[in-house]
Amino acid sequence: MTTEKKLTDSCTSDKAAKAFLVLALSYLLFGLILGVIGGFQYILPPFLKDRLSFQQTRPLHVYLVIAWIFTGAQAVIYYYIPRIANRPLYWQQGIWLHFMLQLAVSLFIITSFFLGYFGGREYLEFPPVLGLFIFLSWIPFAINFFATLKPNYKTAPVYIWSWSTGILFFFITLSESYLWLFDFFRTNVVRDTTIQWKALGSMVGSWNMLVYGTGIYLMEKTSGNANPARSPVAYFFYFLGLTNLMFNWGHHTYIVPAAPWVKTVAYVISMTELLILAHLIIQWRKMMTDAQKYYHRLPYRLLSFADFWIILNLILAITISVPAWNYYTHGTHITVAHAMGATIGINTLLLFASVFYFIQQVRPNAAERRKKMAGIGILITNIALLVFWLSLLGSGFVKISGKLNNEAFYLIMKKSEPWFKVFTYSGVFVLLGISLLIFASLKALLRKKDL
Amino acid sequence: MLRIVLFLLLFSTYVIYSAVVYSKGTENAVSVDRIEAGKINHGKKLYQQYNCTACHQIYGLGGYLGPELTTAQSDPNRGENFMKALLKGGGPRMPNFHFTDDEINAVISYLKYVDATAVTYKKPTPK
Ligand code: HEC
Ligand code: HEM
Repeated sequence: MTTEKKLTDSCTSDKAAKAFLVLALSYLLFGLILGVIGGFQYILPPFLKDRLSFQQTRPLHVYLVIAWIFTGAQAVIYYYIPRIANRPLYWQQGIWLHFMLQLAVSLFIITSFFLGYFGGREYLEFPPVLGLFIFLSWIPFAINFFATLKPNYKTAPVYIWSWSTGILFFFITLSESYLWLFDFFRTNVVRDTTIQWKALGSMVGSWNMLVYGTGIYLMEKTSGNANPARSPVAYFFYFLGLTNLMFNWGHHTYIVPAAPWVKTVAYVISMTELLILAHLIIQWRKMMTDAQKYYHRLPYRLLSFADFWIILNLILAITISVPAWNYYTHGTHITVAHAMGATIGINTLLLFASVFYFIQQVRPNAAERRKKMAGIGILITNIALLVFWLSLLGSGFVKISGKLNNEAFYLIMKKSEPWFKVFTYSGVFVLLGISLLIFASLKALLRKKDL
Repeated sequence: MLRIVLFLLLFSTYVIYSAVVYSKGTENAVSVDRIEAGKINHGKKLYQQYNCTACHQIYGLGGYLGPELTTAQSDPNRGENFMKALLKGGGPRMPNFHFTDDEINAVISYLKYVDATAVTYKKPTPK
């Protein structure tokens, strides 16, 4: 640690890291607004049906919030790299090239959704040629990461492993998700679907590697304790996570008629997550006392809330990975609870921990001034998210009972209505809570007066 | 060193596993003739072009505002005519895409094919 640059020293690349952060926060804000519009389309079917239908709002929402996750992670990693390596970024123009490419691709994607041009693939609903540009935009990031850090994997801490894995697997899974362009894959729906689930399942794992890496790095920095990043237990959980990234995706495919062993492998691997859960629960008491001790520090507070969401979502994930239960839960909003619970409760909170840490380092006064606003934002977000999450589970159970009774779709929708209302209204509060975090960050980052 | 070896071991397993999944793990159980294959392909193209996936799921992939379509064809409550009616005129939530009859038939061919492959999905359904 002594070889590391003092954290308050500025690096020439910090400006670009800041630009990435502002871009990421803008994705989040627009993504949230579109999510809320999508929510209202659940409870008011004619709402914007002809102007901006759910056919557009959903892909816009999903693309923008996912873009927030990986762009936010890249922003903070750009900030951390020169400090860990103790030298400036290898390719200074590369980071700006990345920025321009990323900005252009996202504008193209958003425009194509508004104009109604689709590629029509789950999560990657934009025209396929834009996938190629996403791939290209990540190349300068990868070059800067590996050429600046020159990682020595014999001694590298867990977060370096995590980030390296995230980058490697992003390229692999993005390419894999476009295999459908070849007839061999496209013309066989079983193959196409299985591979799409495989690619997407692992792609989510790759962002998680990026985000968890930032969480572990921050844990080391804020607690001054090297254990989370360098102990044998830490490496053990990294490898367990990697195994899950590679092999657990099959739990999405229990209903797909692929070979049965795909499902067995997935089931067995998914259950290893019980070890992670047990570990977290055993650590719970210690986590709670630490959280109380450091509650006044925003990053620590966010890390503690994320821990809570990790536990809740792991319980849910493990439950729906059991084939007998998955048969009922799949295709219901329980899956959405799992997806949003994890991307908001875990990824978004972990990223905000890094965002506030970044701000504290580069603009300590501004950070202090925005602390109250951010604190209120954190509370609103977490309370609203709990209601939001439970309402999705509730509507999931309504659907399960409807399916068991062979009820028609419109009847199930009707019975779910109260749950959808709670979902949408609590979603408005999630928007409110996270907006406070966004504005606190943007103000602290951008206002000259606050310096 | 141990960590590097472990990583390489896992990664090689992943590569081999992927290759097996791409080939043997996902062999086609339903064969169709050339003409039908062309229609299915056209139907699938339309399905993607109009982003049906935003509201519908096939094998769990897609959004949740609309009904899941994997087994709509063989579902006694829905079936071909019901589907055609919605594709023709839209519904309270489903947009009207102003499809031609050819396009509707292509989409139906695709959904029929998906339904035919869905053996593991239908089996345990309590009827
Ligand atoms: C904006 C969301 C949306 C989009 C986009 C959409 N649908 Fe639908 N679809 C629905 C809803 C909701 C229903 C149920 C009827 C209703 O409430 O309108 C439905 C019903 C159907 C049905 C009848 C089966 C059933 O179980 O009710 C078929 C078939 C269908 N859609 C096919 C398609 C195809 C093919 C596309 C793409 C060309 C498509 N839909 C695009 C929302 C959508
Ligand atoms: C940081 C904030 C958020 C993140 C990261 C996020 C992430 C996601 C993701 C990953 C999905 C895809 C889910 C799936 O396919 O299972 C999704 C869907 C959705 N989200 Fe969000 N979300 C956020 C906030 C919100 C808010 C505040 C609302 C408001 C109600 C909302 C409404 C929706 C809706 C309506 C869908 C579509 C569900 C469907 O498929 O029918 N989201 N979101």
